[in-house]
Formats: sequence, C-alpha cells, structure tokens
Amino acid sequence: MADTNRAVEKLQGNFEASIVEVKQDRGDWIVTVKKESIIDVLAFLKRECRFDMLTDVTAIDYLGKSSDRFMMVYQLTSVPFKDRLRIKAPVTEADCSIGSATQVYASAGWLEREVYDLFGIKFDKHPDLRRILMTPDWEGHPLRKDYPLQGPDREPYKGRLS
Amino acid sequence: MANNEIMTINMGPQHPSTHGVLRMVIELDGENILKIDPDIGYLHRGVEKLSEHRTYHQTLPLTDRLDYLAPMSNNLGYILAVEKLLGIEVPERAQTIRIIMTELTRLKSHLVWLACHALDIGAMTVFIYAFRERETIMETYELISGARMTSNFYRAGGLSQDVPPEFEKKVREFIATMPGYIDTYEGLLTTNPIWVKRTVGNGVISAEDATDIGITGPALRGSGVDFDLRRDIPYAGYESYKFEVPVGKECDTFDRYKVRLIEMRESCKIINQAFERLKPGPVLADSPQVCYPPKDSVYNSIEGLIHHFKIASEGYKVPEGEVYMGIEAPKGELGFYIVSDGSSKPYRMRIRPPSFVNLQAIEKMAKGSMVADLVAIIGTLDIVLGEIDR
Repeated sequence: MADTNRAVEKLQGNFEASIVEVKQDRGDWIVTVKKESIIDVLAFLKRECRFDMLTDVTAIDYLGKSSDRFMMVYQLTSVPFKDRLRIKAPVTEADCSIGSATQVYASAGWLEREVYDLFGIKFDKHPDLRRILMTPDWEGHPLRKDYPLQGPDREPYKGRLS
Repeated sequence: MANNEIMTINMGPQHPSTHGVLRMVIELDGENILKIDPDIGYLHRGVEKLSEHRTYHQTLPLTDRLDYLAPMSNNLGYILAVEKLLGIEVPERAQTIRIIMTELTRLKSHLVWLACHALDIGAMTVFIYAFRERETIMETYELISGARMTSNFYRAGGLSQDVPPEFEKKVREFIATMPGYIDTYEGLLTTNPIWVKRTVGNGVISAEDATDIGITGPALRGSGVDFDLRRDIPYAGYESYKFEVPVGKECDTFDRYKVRLIEMRESCKIINQAFERLKPGPVLADSPQVCYPPKDSVYNSIEGLIHHFKIASEGYKVPEGEVYMGIEAPKGELGFYIVSDGSSKPYRMRIRPPSFVNLQAIEKMAKGSMVADLVAIIGTLDIVLGEIDR
C-alpha cells in the first residue's frame, strides 16, 4: 500500500481550501471536497491527472448519522495510468443540489439522473434532469433511508424483513 | 402526408430485438434517426434498496439476477467487494475454480450476444449453433451448483462446495472443441457479404467519445482503447494468467464483433491455464466468523448446528468502511461499491452496471443512421435489461 498518491498530492497542492478530508480505506484513495468546488476538482483531475473516465456517480444517505445528510460519490478511473480515485462531496438536505458533472464528463448524464431519481438530489446545469428508473409521476425517492422498503402506501411486511 | 413530416415511433418494450424490455422513443425523418430517447426501468426491482435490508449472505442471490446471462460474474464482483471489506484470503483451489467459472461465464454471455446479434441481423444458423454450445455451459452450471442460471455458487471466503470429479473432464472437453466452434461462427459471418454490409461502418464511436461517455468492456476495446481490468487493475488472481487483450481499430460494429470473438478464444486459453494449476485442497477459507461450517458438522454436532444457525439468522458482521470493486464482466466494468457501518447488512450497496452506462451511448452511435441499423447497434452494445434496471 502506497503512502502517497500521484493525484492526491496534486489536489492538495491546488485545492487546499476545498479539501475536507483525505483518507485511504483498504487501498482505495478517497478525497472529500466541498460541494462548491466539485466541478473544478473533477475538471482538474481530468485535465491534469488524466482521469479520463468517470466510472460511477452515486450517493449515500446518512439520515440521522451526519449533519450533512447526503454524500455524493464519484469513482474516477484513469485509462493511461490504470488507477482509480474516489471523490466525495457532502450535500445537505436543506440545499439538496450540487453542480452537474456533465460539464466535465458525458458519462455523468444518466448516472446523475439515477441519483436524482432515487435520492432526490438536484444537479445544477444538468441538460436533461428527469427520472430514469421510476415512472415520471412517481412520488418520493426510493433509496432514501426514510422511504419504506415496501413502498409508501402499503402495510409493512410482517415477516422476517420488517 | 407531407414529405418532410417527422414521425415519432415507439420501439419496444416488446420488440424482439430490444433484448428484454428496453423501450425507445425514436424520431424519424423517413428512415433516418433524428433522436432516440431510451426509456428504461421496466424491470426495476430495487436490488440496491433490498440489499440494505438483507444480510451480506442474503444479498448474494440478488446479484445473480442482475446480468442473468452472466450470473457468476456478478457473484464474483459482489463477493470480491465483501472479501475486500472483510480482508479475508481465499484458498488457491477456490480462486482457480472461480477463474474457470468466470471465464466460462464470459463464453456463455458472449455466445448469447453472438446468437442474438446475428439473429437480429438475419443470420439464423449462428443462433442455433451458439445456443447449442451455451447449453454445455449451462449443464456445467447445473453440475456444480444445481441451477442452470441463478448459480449462487461463490461464498465470501471461497465456494459453497467443491466441484464434483466429472467437472474437469466435462469442461476440458468443451474447451478443446470451443475454438473449432468459433471457427464455424467466423466462417458463417466474418466474410459473409450481408454481415459485412450490415456491420462495417455501423455505430462508429471514437476512442475519446467512448471513454468520455464511460463505455467499458469489449465495446471500449472495439474503439481502440487498450484497457482490460483483468490485466490493468487485476483482481481474483488474474495477474498470474497470460492472455491477449484484443483491440479494434475502426470503432464500428464489425470491430466489436472481432474483439469479442478473440476474447472468447482467450477465455479458452485462460481456462486451460487454470486447469494446469488446479490442485486438490480446501475451497473455503478458514474463518469461522464468516464461513458456514461443513454440512457434516451441522448434521452431527450441536456446535456445528449453532454455528450454522448463527450465520444463517444473524449473518456475519463486516468491519466499518467502504470499498469499490470493479471487475471485467463480459459486458464491461461491473462495479460494486459497498459502504458498511459495522453491522451484518450493507449500509449502502451501489451496483455500477456496465450495460446502463454503455446504453447511454446509443444516441451518439445511432443518430443519423437508418432505423434498421439501430437493431445492429443494440446488438453490438450487448445490453441486458436485468442489470440496467436492477
């Protein structure tokens, strides 16, 4: 396990004020940044560190566990350097929006639509922010922790899962 | 009707060439495609939500049902992520059998791709042949796991059980004949004028666009990007196997077809290498916190029964943390991102399905081409709606 990472060092040099936390978990490098600078960080990583593929965009709901309810997660892959980096950005429930990574990576289009659909996080400047897996008239966001497993209008399952 | 009228048509969700329940709203000017809006979600079962309410062990069968044409690849991705969280070592025999089964799964998935892709374009014979070979792989699945599709065979720490003695002979015989079968498919397609006309220059996407839009797997390599996770970010012991990574040049459907056919030959080579190092030994790690006890001890000793009951009812606790595990599934990069809060259920499990991201490129690839070419493009992207909708 390496002690430093080529991209993390560069990020620390250029975005010192925006970085909230840098850590390594089981060999994966994770950098948490403020959500205001997420687009700049992603654009910098794509331009300067050749992370040319945004593999995945998702979110985590920390309801009741953290003051910032949501955490956006971006998985980056570098094809030439053959390594990965994870960027995270906290999002509060009161201001449930973040800049859209479609400004940097085309692949964010559908991935962010899915996060919007299932978590209800809005993406500023997203060209086509609609629901994607649920029907357009669906109410609520199923992957939020306060959304019941059985759906909103149904009796909770009394078996082993409830 | 005026000549310049733009027509909106609905393709799917019951269209035979949409490989499941993909629906696309297409705007056409004559036969030329102006706009495609794929409508997905018909098969959404909420696997990610369900997994938050199940133990790690109970989540495993859900993964079979993502890409149901390659269940063991899904199992592998999930199990590797859980093992990375737990930090347990897998015995060598289990590791080798996993490689054999995962490569067989790649063959199985590519055979379905080839069969359906050819059938969509009008080559019926290949369909029949490819499904014949796939049947042998299904029989192997049945032999080792009891199920033909939803295998549920891997376990955190190894395998659910050892393979029966006839496994090696059956797979070795199949692998010996497979290159000949691939020659047959190539003989039927590669120089076939209709096939060439339908695939050369169809669905072109440049290397830069493909990377930017997140395409992975054979579709990315068909566009000339030399990137294969098995070689470049190795997992499950792939770093010790020798194989070529085929790369296309023209970025079209024909090149993606060639890439996948070579991949099938390389999978056969990997399986042969794996058999050479397959030695008898345990198939489950020695970590009683996580692994089920042997059935013999469950039936014959009270300690074994309690042990079994404890894992089955409570599950095993997974240390706090978060991991991302991406594997080279037959269709592209299949990623599992698991966040654990220290309990026996995943706090959050995100599945990064290759087909979902690859399908996003369809508008870029098909815009401006004829509606009949769209059928070839759906085929070449090799999508499975089970993992797109989850």
